Amino acid sequence: MGWQLIRGWAILVYIFMFLPVAVVVLLSFNASQFGSFPMTGLSFRWFIELANNDAILRAFRTSIILGLLTAIISTTLGVLASLALVRYRVPGANAISTLLIAPILVPEVVLAVALLLFLNFLGINKSFTLLLFGHVIFTLPFVILVVQARLISIKRDVEEAAMSLGASPRQTFFQITLPLMMPAVLAGGLFAFTISFDDITGTLFWKPGGVETVPTQIFAMLRNSISPEINALGTVMIAMTVGLPLLGAAIARQISKKSGT
Amino acid sequence: MSVEAREARQPWILLSPALTAVALFLFVPLLFILVYSFWLRTATGADQAGFYLDNWREALTDTFYRDILFSTLRIAAITTLVCALMGYPAAYFIARSKGNKAILLLMLMLPFWISYIIRTMSWINILGVSGALNTFLLWIGIITDPIQMLYNETTVILGLVHFLLPFMVLNVFVSLEGIDTNLEDAANSLGATRWETFLQVTLPLSLPGLAAGGLLCFVLGAGTYITPLVLGGPRDAMFANLVFEAIITQLNWPLGSALSLMLLAVLGVLVMIYNRYLGMAQLMKGLG
Repeated sequence: MGWQLIRGWAILVYIFMFLPVAVVVLLSFNASQFGSFPMTGLSFRWFIELANNDAILRAFRTSIILGLLTAIISTTLGVLASLALVRYRVPGANAISTLLIAPILVPEVVLAVALLLFLNFLGINKSFTLLLFGHVIFTLPFVILVVQARLISIKRDVEEAAMSLGASPRQTFFQITLPLMMPAVLAGGLFAFTISFDDITGTLFWKPGGVETVPTQIFAMLRNSISPEINALGTVMIAMTVGLPLLGAAIARQISKKSGT
Repeated sequence: MSVEAREARQPWILLSPALTAVALFLFVPLLFILVYSFWLRTATGADQAGFYLDNWREALTDTFYRDILFSTLRIAAITTLVCALMGYPAAYFIARSKGNKAILLLMLMLPFWISYIIRTMSWINILGVSGALNTFLLWIGIITDPIQMLYNETTVILGLVHFLLPFMVLNVFVSLEGIDTNLEDAANSLGATRWETFLQVTLPLSLPGLAAGGLLCFVLGAGTYITPLVLGGPRDAMFANLVFEAIITQLNWPLGSALSLMLLAVLGVLVMIYNRYLGMAQLMKGLG
């Protein structure tokens, strides 16, 4: 009886989480010229309009370039720091971890203001560079958390075996450690890309006038009214955010299958 | 250089890029806005460097700021409570389910990966004048004219709950998974009912997860300004909206600095209390 109640409650929570998303996807195929009910038929017209909307395509390009650069820089910094924390006995490791996690603990608005004003003082105005620095700093903690969690599970035995067979530290790192670390590195990079791609809170503070990322473009479009194009864009983004991690997982499984045989 | 010395230096070489980035792009900027908050905005444009208390006096004594700070904390508290009430049973269901836990958890986490702005605006499709709910109510004949359900404090809280619920579920799930179920079986065999077992064994042991989820919901909820802009009315501004207004719209950077630091201080105290009693490790478990 009690368990039935809990299950019923949980189902309601699942519906609560999925219903709005489902409605976005449903309405994006609406043939009506208004982004709302009632549905007048199924159509792809809003996706076609989307593909012809220059502002949105520009926003996509900006978001993807920004996300990729953020992922590369953030993952590089994060992997190096995680290696130090997991593989060496560093005095004050706990304090250092807390310092590196600090960007998550500071509200993003405050981080956004501080970075904007400080870099402006140094002569770096609102620009793509500022945007990139900002995205790197708030994705870094997530990369460190994800990479550290996976690094711990890599045994040192294999590396020691390679060394004892005459491999130099450099060879050991590039031929043994790095390949073993690859899933962690990819997971960290994917995480950083997704967070950067989705960010709006900091981005609205840092972006120069005229430059839009996908979320700020959607936000600007919302000011007028909710057009069917926004729903179509939402469906594309849902497909991307749901599809990318699944794709990543599939690739990881493929790799591990190959190395297993 | 000896081998030991090189060995001791290596981790610092690896750590230095990340530490430099955090210092240069977080800690120094925070100190900088502390200094900036004592500067003065002048009509001519350039801010006057110096030590003026005007911004702090305005931020701390003007009832306008105080009222919005209190209503922000109230909205964050209600959001956290609703997340706990909705999220705990859901996490319990996943943790104690006999089905595939990984899939159940992944399904609930899926919306977490979907764009925040899309999820926020999706409520307009449901609650708007021509949204799903109004269309349905008109269709079954309960109402004859659509009702405006959007743009009030309730819809802001609704949007925040939808955004933050996965953080709560994940943290509670992690702590429920960590409980040895033998303890529950033992309580049952000693004559406790399922409800007594839950109240006296399971719930106390899962409190750290509940606290971690609650902290995340509260801090993230209290720091938002996008949700009130999309789902709130003109009078539903939260504290972060004031910061955004001061910095971006009015270009009053000294006042904006003071307001940012006020928000940081209020939420920082919470984080420190949490750290004092439960430690950061619990929080990291749920995030990592």
